[in-house]
Amino acid sequence: MARYLAQRLTHLAGVLLAVSILVFLLIHLSGDPVRLLTPLDAKPEDVARIRSLYGLDQSIPVQYVNFLKKALRGDLGESFRYQRPAFELVIHRLPATALLAFVTIALTIAIGIPVGLWTGSRTGSAADWIASVATFVFISLPSFWLGVLLILVFADRLRWLPASGFESPIYLVLPSLTLAVYTTGLITRLVRTDVHDVLTQDFIRTARAKGLGERRVLSRHALRNAMISAATVLGLQLGTLLGGSVVVETVFAWPGVGWLMLQAIQTRDLPVVRAAVLVVGTAFVLINLVVDLLYLYLDPRIRYDYAR
Amino acid sequence: MQFYAGAAIVGIIVTVALLAPWLSPHGYADQDLLRSLQPPAWTRGGDWSYPLSADRLGRDLLARLMFGARVSIAVATLSVLLGGGLGTGLGLLAGYFGRWVDRTIARLIDVQLSFPPVFIAIAIMAALGQSLVKLIIVLAFVSWVQYARVARANTLSVREREFVLAARALGAGERRVLLRHVLPSILPPLLVVGAVNISNVILAEAALSFLGLGVQPPTPAWGSMVSEGRAVQTLAWWNTVFPGMAIALLVVGANLLGDGLQRGR
Repeated sequence: MARYLAQRLTHLAGVLLAVSILVFLLIHLSGDPVRLLTPLDAKPEDVARIRSLYGLDQSIPVQYVNFLKKALRGDLGESFRYQRPAFELVIHRLPATALLAFVTIALTIAIGIPVGLWTGSRTGSAADWIASVATFVFISLPSFWLGVLLILVFADRLRWLPASGFESPIYLVLPSLTLAVYTTGLITRLVRTDVHDVLTQDFIRTARAKGLGERRVLSRHALRNAMISAATVLGLQLGTLLGGSVVVETVFAWPGVGWLMLQAIQTRDLPVVRAAVLVVGTAFVLINLVVDLLYLYLDPRIRYDYAR
Repeated sequence: MQFYAGAAIVGIIVTVALLAPWLSPHGYADQDLLRSLQPPAWTRGGDWSYPLSADRLGRDLLARLMFGARVSIAVATLSVLLGGGLGTGLGLLAGYFGRWVDRTIARLIDVQLSFPPVFIAIAIMAALGQSLVKLIIVLAFVSWVQYARVARANTLSVREREFVLAARALGAGERRVLLRHVLPSILPPLLVVGAVNISNVILAEAALSFLGLGVQPPTPAWGSMVSEGRAVQTLAWWNTVFPGMAIALLVVGANLLGDGLQRGR
């Protein structure tokens, strides 16, 4: 276990280094970054001064090393727009994004797993058919459109719920619902298929033959097996949501990382875009590591000590 | 069953997209300000010359939907082909040659997988600037990994099979073995990946266009139509509802196709 963990952590360091290169290059993809900062009619000496101010007059590899040195100290440059550290701006927005992500995942688990278990144990029934069609539609809806529709109905017409911002828990309802529709559709379908597959296997017949009640068969055997793949997908979705669902956060003006990034894009505030991408990439990689470790607990067949 | 239902939906949308200039009653950019925000034909104040209503500038929504279908389909098809080609090629090389080739490509896959795909597409589009070609390339760039993983895994298992060994024993060059023997036998699972991937690409394109980072006006794209409609949503719900329905319908069709392929019809 310790060796596996050490191996994963060295691997992680390698991946993060590569991520940092990608993030560094992002600012150069747009051409000369200095041009973005200066008006078209700026004097050449002013352009040169800004260039050296941001260290953009050095060669690309030197710039990268400087970037990495600073990044390791948590310094990702200063926001062009707010004149504050970009890293700090992103970190400030993380709690709102994390809250939305966890509420969404909680909704997904609370609805998706029971429904998946229930329909998976009676495939072919009318209820199963209805759930299949519904979840199929759920995974096909564009989230931004769903968000706009929910605002149209519940905020504009009915005036039951607030449309945008975040002032009290009630503001969570529409954004988390919008996000949960897709993830719930995904998880329900996955659990249903897995449960259905598991229930046809020999050890289930044995469990039933030895007189285990149907509830216990479902909860102890079918669910436990279905949870293995569900955990992978939930982990990936959690990572994606923590990355800030840029689109849904923007629709609901949710003060999270995603909306911050979009605003930074619109105002060409590249250090903030860069910081957001780096933070999200790191969070995403870490969550995937946690999910892999969770397997140990969920699936006793996996023993990482023996893995190469 | 699902396969045919999906094929029918996608087929109809593709046909409409191809025939848009002939089917559409108006040009997608024709403005008639007197008809600004005219409601759909079956509601009060609407008429059948603008069946699905008009937008703020008095442009026919139906015409814009028809031409918008071209964007969705062209972008999705081209980026799936490009991403699929790239991923398949790299996966094939990694699986077949192993050693450092495999290690390098595996590391590339790890890096790519350390970002949520739509998130990184947004960041890159923002940095690159927007154009149709860039959009296709970026969407291909964020989806190649899925093909690469499947191609690599399948190549690994095919590499040692008798027909490949036989071809090599008979003196076929690496290139011939890869393209004529290994590639055809790993293609079927890749087609399934492609069918599943296409709906994600359609949704990603719609999301990028919605955010203003995809196709630029005046070219109509379904995603940007939803965002234009949002500005007037309290006055004219139809401007946001219809384009979104079009996206959902195409994605349902693509998902049905993928699901059908996965189950072998």
